[in-house]
Amino acid sequence: MADDDLNSAEEEANMPTPPRRRFLLGAGTAVAAGLAPAVHAQAALPASARSAEPETLLVLTAPEAAFFSAVADAMIPADELTASGTDCGVVSFIDRQLAGAWGGGAKLYRSGPHRSAKREYGYQLSLTPKEFFSAGIVAANAWSRKTWKKDFDGLTTLQRNEALKALEEGKADLGHLSSRQFFEALLELVMEGFFADPMYGGNRNKVSWKLVGFPGLPALYTKLIVTYRDKRYAPEPKSIADFS
Amino acid sequence: MVTKLKEVDAVMVGMGWTGSIMARELTKAGLTVVGLERGGDIKPSEHFALPNVRDELRFSRRQELIQDPAMETLTFRHRPSESALPMRRFGSFLPGDGVGGAGNHWGGHTWRYLPSDHELRSHTLQRYGDKAIPAGMDVQDWAMSYAELEPYYDKFEKLCGVAGRAGNLRGQKIAGGNVFEGARKNEYPTPPLEQNLSGMMFAKTAAELGYHPFPRPSSNCSRPYTNIEGLTLGACQLCGFCDRNGCEANAKAGPHVCILPKLRADPKFELRTRSWVSRLVYDKAGKKVTGVIYTDTRNGEEYEQPAGIVVLSAYVFGNVSLMLNSGIGKQYDPVTQKGAVGKNYCYQLSRMGVTMFFEDRNFNPFMGAPGTQMVIDDFNADNFDHGGLGFLGGAILTCGHGDGRPISFRPTPPGTPRWGSAWKQATAKWYQHALSISLSGSNYGNRNHYLDLDPTYKDQLGRPLLRMTYNFVDNDFKLSEFCMQKAVEIARAMHPTILGEPRLRRGDYDITPYQSTHNTGGTIMGLDPSTSVVNRYLQSWDAHNLFIMGASTFPQQGAYNPTGPLGALTYWSAEAIINRYVKNPGLLA
Ligand SMILES: Cc1cc2nc3c(=O)[nH]c(=O)nc-3n(C[C@H](O)[C@H](O)[C@H](O)COP(=O)(O)OP(=O)(O)OC[C@H]3O[C@@H](n4cnc5c(N)ncnc54)[C@H](O)[C@@H]3O)c2cc1C
Repeated sequence: MADDDLNSAEEEANMPTPPRRRFLLGAGTAVAAGLAPAVHAQAALPASARSAEPETLLVLTAPEAAFFSAVADAMIPADELTASGTDCGVVSFIDRQLAGAWGGGAKLYRSGPHRSAKREYGYQLSLTPKEFFSAGIVAANAWSRKTWKKDFDGLTTLQRNEALKALEEGKADLGHLSSRQFFEALLELVMEGFFADPMYGGNRNKVSWKLVGFPGLPALYTKLIVTYRDKRYAPEPKSIADFS
Repeated sequence: MVTKLKEVDAVMVGMGWTGSIMARELTKAGLTVVGLERGGDIKPSEHFALPNVRDELRFSRRQELIQDPAMETLTFRHRPSESALPMRRFGSFLPGDGVGGAGNHWGGHTWRYLPSDHELRSHTLQRYGDKAIPAGMDVQDWAMSYAELEPYYDKFEKLCGVAGRAGNLRGQKIAGGNVFEGARKNEYPTPPLEQNLSGMMFAKTAAELGYHPFPRPSSNCSRPYTNIEGLTLGACQLCGFCDRNGCEANAKAGPHVCILPKLRADPKFELRTRSWVSRLVYDKAGKKVTGVIYTDTRNGEEYEQPAGIVVLSAYVFGNVSLMLNSGIGKQYDPVTQKGAVGKNYCYQLSRMGVTMFFEDRNFNPFMGAPGTQMVIDDFNADNFDHGGLGFLGGAILTCGHGDGRPISFRPTPPGTPRWGSAWKQATAKWYQHALSISLSGSNYGNRNHYLDLDPTYKDQLGRPLLRMTYNFVDNDFKLSEFCMQKAVEIARAMHPTILGEPRLRRGDYDITPYQSTHNTGGTIMGLDPSTSVVNRYLQSWDAHNLFIMGASTFPQQGAYNPTGPLGALTYWSAEAIINRYVKNPGLLA
């Protein structure tokens, strides 16, 4: 398994850099251009997700969408298991989350004074999530340009992985922002998008639920808990929309 | 301008578990009662309906049912020498909001504290001598024994339809139940839930090692049950979405299912929502409170509600904050160790456990409920000899599945990256095959752990926020080390394909990841007014018509979750109010 990983990583590294703003052109363009590495995973997507229509976004700017798309694809790469994070709808999810109440700072105490603090004290900035990610992307792209002469979304797959790792380990210089904090927030948001109910725009076609074998709804298990004791229960997953 | 309203017999501040029970008992006894609740109302048939109740993002992650920190939160610091910062988001614990309180989105584990938990100080001194309690630790006895509270534990269980199996019926030990529990008069109202494979595997190995596994008692009814109010609970669907969510099956006990339909129908009761109490009106000379001041958040106006009896049922933090913001009682001071309000804030030791991976077993981790877990109590409290161990207290060890919601539950073996293809492969591979033994440990008072008012930060009403000074200490680390050893021993004996790294209680308290909403202390009970805030009947020493409900009255925290005991205490206090206080108002001896 370790060898396989190495091989696929090398293969990806040799692939041409996906054009900047690829996300905005829609996933289908990438498929048509032969750039998407997992065509069979693509094929599993519903027609709407494969359309060449540009994605309609609520609040993300083009560079923000391109950044999130590149991060989502590095964290959830297209492979034999699933389509890429972007093609699973993670960027749409993030766009809607940041446009909504949560992105605007709902359920966040925002009164000052604000001071920097130990990690154990939790989030202490005055920025809303939307502002935090905007600032983080500007800083991450500046750092990426300084290191690789390109914005994050212009990096090769290998470079993106290297960059994310540096962010994760707190080794990226994001100026006034904390590299680790930014990475953790990104990872959390991407994973929420990948695993949340598809009605939020991510987890298209219940791709992550199929991946792990989470049945979703209706989740009425009084009898099944006995019938399926030590047997895998893996029906076709159903989501909230299937019962609405 | 404060509008003064017509006096009522009693007012409840907060309409969660304790406020609902108390309001019901008092109206049944003929008193007129107003229930003031900061949040809005909830109708389970609308708010907790399928399909939208099965939404992990909304309820677990975005905390739909949880208190809004923008309105009111706490500040936090590890030690008295530091300045505190606000908890800008709730993480470590998730206080409730709205009618039903945290009773809407709790998990339902329902315990009775052990007889030794009720007599912690005298029991410890008697068994281990007076050097056993380390410097800086403060443990106290409860103000009533287990035997005295037994009928009230029983009553709360019959309110909730708790599913479980007795281990000590009237002194007779019963294998398969918790043989360490205090004697109970009655069996649990409903039988235990069906266990899943994980709990059964754990129980088998634990029993082989000589321990005493039993199903975790929980207010997830295993079958339809008509409670002592004549209200019917449904059967738990084992949906895997329980804690942090409402229940569409009405199987999880909570104020809405178990009490409120009766209370709402009673003309002696009036529910006022979006009514946020800012302080009590205190007549210090008269040693009583005359009512409460609240803001109606729909128009911003202030009202005074005079009442013969005031009941604080605003959760631990609301209770302590209201005492301090109303100037009732003496603030605890860690330097002089004088004063009792805010003293003995305790938490619970959690996020400890060890994960195992079984290649050839299928756990279906999404099937289950908080009650589909097996437990051993062999290393809890003083159920084992602490001689020479260097710590007090203990932990329960539990195993089972019940919340395989995939945003949060994605175990992977040690060494797996957190993203990328290798992460994805491992997640897909192990989701079905992982299980954990989890530990929940007791937490005792410490002279430097307390609640007071923050000098800097304010809530939306302009009141100082409550400030928490708290950290983990040596006793916690040793307890965690010892109990984890036992957990790992069991885990090894279960022969997993891969054994994960034990997650020990190490380092400073971190307020960001969820641990438990089992905060205790701050208005503790006792027999001595200089070291406690309420007496044996949960009556304030400083205002005889003020009664304080909930875990803020616990002198320290046991390993068990607190709602069973705090439900029992509410019934106990209600009885004293009705049978004794109302007839002859004054301090109850
Ligand atoms: C996710 C989660 C899981 C849990 N699982 C368990 C479990 O398995 N077992 C267990 O024993 N316990 C569990 N608990 C804890 C349990 O919910 C509480 O112990 C219980 O609800 C406490 O009852 P209470 O009446 O003290 O507070 P609550 O039920 O929270 O009610 C307090 C009410 O007071 C209101 N209020 C607060 N301040 C004011 C004010 N100033 N004015 C007006 N109203 C106010 C609040 O809005 C709230 O409605 C869990 C809690 C959470 C959050």
